[in-house]
Amino acid sequence: MRLTSEEREIAAGAQGPARAMAMRIVAEAGSLLGADCLIPIHSAHIDGCLYHGDSGVLFAERLVEQGGRVAVPSTLNVGALDLLHPNRVKLDSHRRTMALRLMRAYEALGCKPTWTCSPYQAGHRPPLGVDVAWGESNAVAFCNSVLGARTNRYGDFLDIACAIIGRAPRYGLHLPENRRAILLIDTTRLSERLRSLDAFWPVLGAWIGRTAGNRVVAVNGLQQFATEDRMKALGAAAASFGAVGLFHIIGVTPEAGTTDDAFVGLPPEETVVLTPDMVRTARSWLGTASGETVDAVAVGSPHLSYDEMATIADLLAGRRVTLPFYAHTGRHVVRQLEASGRLREIEAAGVTIVTDTCIVVTPILPGNSGVLLTNSGKFANYAPGNTGWYVVYGSLKECIETAVRGKLVRNEELWS
Amino acid sequence: MVLSTHAIAGRVLCPGSGQGPLLKLSAPLSFWGGVDPATGRIILDHHPERGLSIAGTVLAFEKPIGSSSSSSVLLELIHNGAAPAAILLGDLDAILIVGCLVAKELGLSAPPVLYIEEAHFSKLTGKWASVDNGAITIGCSLAPITSI
Repeated sequence: MRLTSEEREIAAGAQGPARAMAMRIVAEAGSLLGADCLIPIHSAHIDGCLYHGDSGVLFAERLVEQGGRVAVPSTLNVGALDLLHPNRVKLDSHRRTMALRLMRAYEALGCKPTWTCSPYQAGHRPPLGVDVAWGESNAVAFCNSVLGARTNRYGDFLDIACAIIGRAPRYGLHLPENRRAILLIDTTRLSERLRSLDAFWPVLGAWIGRTAGNRVVAVNGLQQFATEDRMKALGAAAASFGAVGLFHIIGVTPEAGTTDDAFVGLPPEETVVLTPDMVRTARSWLGTASGETVDAVAVGSPHLSYDEMATIADLLAGRRVTLPFYAHTGRHVVRQLEASGRLREIEAAGVTIVTDTCIVVTPILPGNSGVLLTNSGKFANYAPGNTGWYVVYGSLKECIETAVRGKLVRNEELWS
Repeated sequence: MVLSTHAIAGRVLCPGSGQGPLLKLSAPLSFWGGVDPATGRIILDHHPERGLSIAGTVLAFEKPIGSSSSSSVLLELIHNGAAPAAILLGDLDAILIVGCLVAKELGLSAPPVLYIEEAHFSKLTGKWASVDNGAITIGCSLAPITSI
């Protein structure tokens, strides 16, 4: 790793202790990862503001005390509290205090209090080809794949360290040669009905995550079915079931106009033709419960877009939910829903809107166990370990109908 | 008494030494969502090693996956005294290494982290392992290695 003389001076403390610590962390991590130098970044998305224990608070407050300040526009991922609805989260007073101190420390470092895991739908959309340093695995996948900006999967601490010095190590997905597809996934044998089902996309994501690991995949056969929200759901599942930081949808995502673009003219190292059986197997990974009981419904990991919230209102069609129903979104969407009058409609139906956080990162669900129905691949993956709840996976429509009728409503034909 | 030992070389990602029971994960794991930061217990549903604790082990870990919050979970494990004694990675992954770098900046002692090439990963069979900078010694009995 070659540091410039200015970077060496920063590491030695020439611009204060916070920038020195940040530079040491970035340079040392970069050097271990095989980076040859640091590159300037355009923006950052910071995942370190979620409370996991007191050590993270120590780190963030150390940066604040030492005069740390982000050098590039930086948005914040979810925290452990819903600051708009303080009673949603059931943390004990110590954890509540520490979680708030952590969120405030990241604001004091100059980050924007967006508190969302969908920053790309809250106005943070770096252009094609620029380098950024993003944390939060779903946001990383979206940023690389759908926006075509370049980031590695920056973990907690490295994200804020990069933001403070405005630089990131040059390695991995910052390098064009590492962005080409290796594995071709052919979905053309699947029915059009399946591919046009929202609930198919997280299942495909889970399959890609388990199969691809961190190899870059390109998927064909989805050109006429891909929407931003579907790609967001695919990326979130792929990034939580695997280490996927970049995927290409041929004919849709910006670096995959054609198969040749995605593979840079080289042949795929492996081609996998997806069959309905493989999709059914992947779908089984998203559920841990059997039987007909459902105790609560949760949607919105990643945080729902305005369109997804509007779809919930449309599907409810004036009916009330009879099960606890948690819809997670960002405050940017709540403001839009307020302006359009749909917020009142959704709340009147009995839906619990959760902002700034979600059920798998902080205690919100009632009790320690139960059966949760979700349409999110990421919730399905993390809810059992993090909440103790069993999960059932279903479409958004199944989530709404189940919540309204109070018993599991499923349409198995969708998967045939 | 040590019945037999064998040695493997790794690339040092985070220096140091440590020893403990060898825990080789048979499926990928994300620390966040997969490990309880207070105790080190593996909590991920479906995971073959669910219920085991990584605290004090030499954790061999072919594929780190999932959440970018895993750096925080590792720092919190270190802070709570529930971290592995050493971590052997089969993949270069920034997320766990950064947890160790930050621990050191905060004056905590971080476990050594080594990168093990794929070809050598299968040699990680045994009950006990000792890591001293780049050298890993594997013992077949479930007891500290007293001689090599």
